[in-house]
Amino acid sequence: MSGPNTDYDPVEVAAVSPAEVEAARDAALAAIAAAADLEQLKAVRTEHAGDRSPLALANREIGALPPQARKEAGQRVGQARGAVNQALAARQVELEADNEARILVEEAVDVTLPTDRDPVGARHPLTTGAELIADIFVAMGWEVAEGPVIEAEWLNFDALNLGPDHPARTMQDTFWTDPGEDHLVLRTHTSPVQARTMLTRGVSEGAPIYVVCPGRVFRTDEYDATHSPMFHQVEGLAIDEGISMAHLKGTLDHFASQMFGEGITTRFRPSYFPFTEPSAEVDLICFVCRGVGHDDKGVCRTCRGEGWIEWGGCGIVNPRVLQACGVDSTRYSGFAFGMGIDRTLMFRHGLEDLRTLFEGDVRFTTAFGSEL
Amino acid sequence: MKAPVSWIRELVDLPESVTTEVLTDRLTALGLKLEGIHAAGAGIEGPLVIGRVLTQDKEPQKNGKVINWCTVDVGDANGSGEPQGIVCGAHNFGPGDKVVVILPGGVLPGDFRISERKTYGHLSAGMICSAAELGLPDDGADGIIVVPADGPEPGTDAREFLGFGDEVIEFEINPDRAYALSLRGVAREAALGFDVAFTDPAVRELPEVDGKAWQVDVEDPAGCPVFAARLVSGFDPTRPTPEFIQRRVEQAGMRSISLAVDVTNYVMLELGQPIHGYDADKVAGGLGVRRARSGERLTTLDDAVRELSTEDLVITDDSGPIGLAGVMGGATTEMSDTTTRILVEAAHWDATSMFRTGKRHKLTSEAGKRNERGVDPLLPGVAVDRVVELLVAHGGATAEPGFTLVGTAPERPTITIAPDLPARLSGIDISAMTTVEHLRAIGAVVTEHESGALEVVPPSWRPDINDPYDLVEEVVRIVGYDQVPSVLPRRATGRGLSRTQRLRRRIGRTLAGAGCVEVVSFPFVGPATFDKLGLAADDPLRTTVGLANPLSSEEPSYTTTLLPGLLNAAARNVGRGAPGVALFETGTVAFPSDNGPAPIYGVHTRPSEAELEKLFEALPVQPLHLAVVLAGERTRSGWWGAGAEAGWSDALSVVRRLADELGVEIEVTSAARMPWHPGRCAVISVDEVVIGHAGELHPTVCKAFGLPVRSAAVELDLDALMAAAVDVTPGPVFSTMPLAKEDVALVVDDAVTVAAVEDALRDGAGELLESVRLFDVYTGEQIGEGRKSLAFALRFRAADRTLTEAETGAARDAAVAAAAERTGAVQR
Repeated sequence: MSGPNTDYDPVEVAAVSPAEVEAARDAALAAIAAAADLEQLKAVRTEHAGDRSPLALANREIGALPPQARKEAGQRVGQARGAVNQALAARQVELEADNEARILVEEAVDVTLPTDRDPVGARHPLTTGAELIADIFVAMGWEVAEGPVIEAEWLNFDALNLGPDHPARTMQDTFWTDPGEDHLVLRTHTSPVQARTMLTRGVSEGAPIYVVCPGRVFRTDEYDATHSPMFHQVEGLAIDEGISMAHLKGTLDHFASQMFGEGITTRFRPSYFPFTEPSAEVDLICFVCRGVGHDDKGVCRTCRGEGWIEWGGCGIVNPRVLQACGVDSTRYSGFAFGMGIDRTLMFRHGLEDLRTLFEGDVRFTTAFGSEL
Repeated sequence: MKAPVSWIRELVDLPESVTTEVLTDRLTALGLKLEGIHAAGAGIEGPLVIGRVLTQDKEPQKNGKVINWCTVDVGDANGSGEPQGIVCGAHNFGPGDKVVVILPGGVLPGDFRISERKTYGHLSAGMICSAAELGLPDDGADGIIVVPADGPEPGTDAREFLGFGDEVIEFEINPDRAYALSLRGVAREAALGFDVAFTDPAVRELPEVDGKAWQVDVEDPAGCPVFAARLVSGFDPTRPTPEFIQRRVEQAGMRSISLAVDVTNYVMLELGQPIHGYDADKVAGGLGVRRARSGERLTTLDDAVRELSTEDLVITDDSGPIGLAGVMGGATTEMSDTTTRILVEAAHWDATSMFRTGKRHKLTSEAGKRNERGVDPLLPGVAVDRVVELLVAHGGATAEPGFTLVGTAPERPTITIAPDLPARLSGIDISAMTTVEHLRAIGAVVTEHESGALEVVPPSWRPDINDPYDLVEEVVRIVGYDQVPSVLPRRATGRGLSRTQRLRRRIGRTLAGAGCVEVVSFPFVGPATFDKLGLAADDPLRTTVGLANPLSSEEPSYTTTLLPGLLNAAARNVGRGAPGVALFETGTVAFPSDNGPAPIYGVHTRPSEAELEKLFEALPVQPLHLAVVLAGERTRSGWWGAGAEAGWSDALSVVRRLADELGVEIEVTSAARMPWHPGRCAVISVDEVVIGHAGELHPTVCKAFGLPVRSAAVELDLDALMAAAVDVTPGPVFSTMPLAKEDVALVVDDAVTVAAVEDALRDGAGELLESVRLFDVYTGEQIGEGRKSLAFALRFRAADRTLTEAETGAARDAAVAAAAERTGAVQR
């Protein structure tokens, strides 16, 4: 059949008319903009971009148009649908972001709530203090030597030039095991570890001894704020060719500055110990008042105004000790020193009562954490 | 040792610029450590004068006390010259006595202001003072100070008499400086310190020995190398001690007793030589010096009856022992207030013997203290002569002509020393000349040998100097310890921390990370401790290393378990309000070895290897243990809900965490063992060797220690655990192929352990099984009485491929079949 399309439906033609398409597009864009949430947007999508939406219907009419009209109408409808879809996508992103933001606000918590569900552990400052000291010496190439707490009398006394009539061997000072004929003691110092090191390792060319010996020791002291039947010592022993008091001083100065801060040094005073000759007491320049004896608030509490703190004993190893321990004293000399770890911690941390170290109150120990 | 500064200055020519502080600083630098400076009279102000009591009326009071209403002549000190009326409560004085009076306006120590006041019906204008009221050391007189008759006149300021303004230096004398237990020694050090002249009080012209003063027979010259004695007669026992002697004796911290006794003490303080005075009329026959005989007894001056040992040196007369030589005299020949003939004795004694006697009789005396440290052997004759001089001068006595001097001082050794040894050992640049000079300064005789070596004879008063190193200390202390330079030794090449040292740190950190707090407790225990742990009478833990002298008779042993200390600490924390506590301790415990006793070797040579071996073997076995105690809340309660109470599983969890950290495979089995709950105690083993236990504590043990029930504990042999620790961890190999999951629920009898089922599943599943983990235990009616349902999650994975459902299913079925066969498990 040819001739004009007399069947042409003016209504359907109207659907793709520029006015109609524009109206449908504008209605869709307005509805998209008005959608307040994702739910509403979903309804808008169905109404304005769904299969039965005006623009979808208009699209369907395009095929019915005369060929010369199709291109123009197709362009018109296609652009309108594109604009609607773009607006939908943009609004979708917008509303999703809004939604997420709202959820995050709703999920807010009070971050100041306590969180201490799990118990806090800690290592004892006597342990970590001994490690701190050991590390200072290990960094200098020294080693850490250890020995038993219940020790042979010979190693605790005789080998260290504390002869059978030395006052320290009386029952007043030393815990003896029962029966006394077993010749065993709770070691009164960590010095037997020094003797053991010399005896078992020996000293030879190229193999000097540089050891620190931290450990638990016992004396029959009554238990009070400054005395304890059990306490902790660290001793050091260096045996090498040409060792002198100058090396002792150098080592202790280094130890002091590592332990208490740059510039903290030591001084020696003549003293007496059976295992050393010459012997000296070691004082530490007060690390709080730096030797002045007082600060703005008055007399320094750490050194009680002395400017110095008594730290320990030291000296050149007595050749009699070297002899008993098999070291050739004509070739080698050595120095030894010793101080209380408990006491060192007491003044380093300002502890008032020695007993807090042994009570086991977790509030004391946890304050120090896992390292000193 | 207490030394008055005025006395030191009398013996050494110290410049005025040397203040007490300068002096003590220098002496400390030389080795006489300052203990304190006592300045008598500190805190006293105003008129403190000598008074003479004129009248003393005793007036009983209603309260039963008797007070003395006194009038006291205080010269012109009160401005009027009239007697001063004073009420006094003390009774150790009478009319005519001289006393010390503080007048109104004065101040006593403690800001005690004196004014006229009405008391006991009198107007008391001042106070008659006791030593304590003046802040002086207790003189033991227990009352007011009575001034010797030859003391200052009434009205004189009392300060000089009381020694105020004269500071007393107290030194701590080291055992090697016994010579400084005398003014002679202290003054010598002061002279050395300031390089000034020193008057040695021991240098005196002794009279020619003109016959014996007394018959003396020294049977034991090794114990008593020198014995000196002189006799005085006509001594007036009523004579008071001269003021300067009394003051100095008291300043030195000794009591003034009587002229004769005070004089012997005075000379001992001056020279360092102990002296004994006998009432010569009470001595029966000649004196002897010997060791005591078995069964002999002696009543010493302190009125103690002492059973003598055959090692004790004694002084005898015809009656037997009359003195514990060098330590304390006997009561029978004690000087009294009627003694007129005094036998003065001084001797040099063997120091070791003195020390042993003092220790044996638990007797410390001023004499013993000096004799056991070693006294100058040249002193006995000098000291005796000096005492006689003072008794003659102040006691009206006459010296008898005889002078007994038995024996000779032991020879001093000659020490050979290289002149550069002080420089080598001190690191200070000390010349040979300085060495010689300083050795001479301490009184040594130095001979320079052709070879350059020095031959040194130490002075008689320095028994402590015996070898070259002793001489080095003398030289270096004079040069000054402050001259020692600070030099680090050459860098050592150490091997760092040992493996066990590193492992111990790791264990501590792991436990702290698991919320446990480290404790350090005393290792002393006793039978009651073990009773509290509920240990059976024959429990091996009761076999301890005992202490001969424990601090407490309740705890006479070194512990075999760390639990008691830890349980007590836990209870302490709970008692102080902790809602939960997790504690751990590492420490050695001790078990007796039967290889004792430990030998005592000589010290002149090193023991042989075999000897050392014997020594080490004789020691108790002392393994390092670890214990953990968990009590109360293991996790805290809070807004998140209730916390979990500690229980048996927490104890095992700690053990497993530790084992994992160290790479140790442990086996867990059950056992009944105190102090644990009999049904909730795990035995921890490594390679079938038991290394410890973990679980819930027995309720009676919790109760005994005051801990909440269900508290849990662990004790492990840490040495054994560390020995099993993996040395070098092999690189783990694992598959990245997909995981296949299969869960199975198996019903077994209650008695079947999870470990047994798990082992069967593992074995049955074969090599495709990656892990098996129990995730639920169910008991209830559905399962039936005496049965339980165990739900396991099986995880399968192949190294090289994705597993098919058929493969996984087959492995699961095989696992269930093995469980059924070995444990009777039935799949639900």
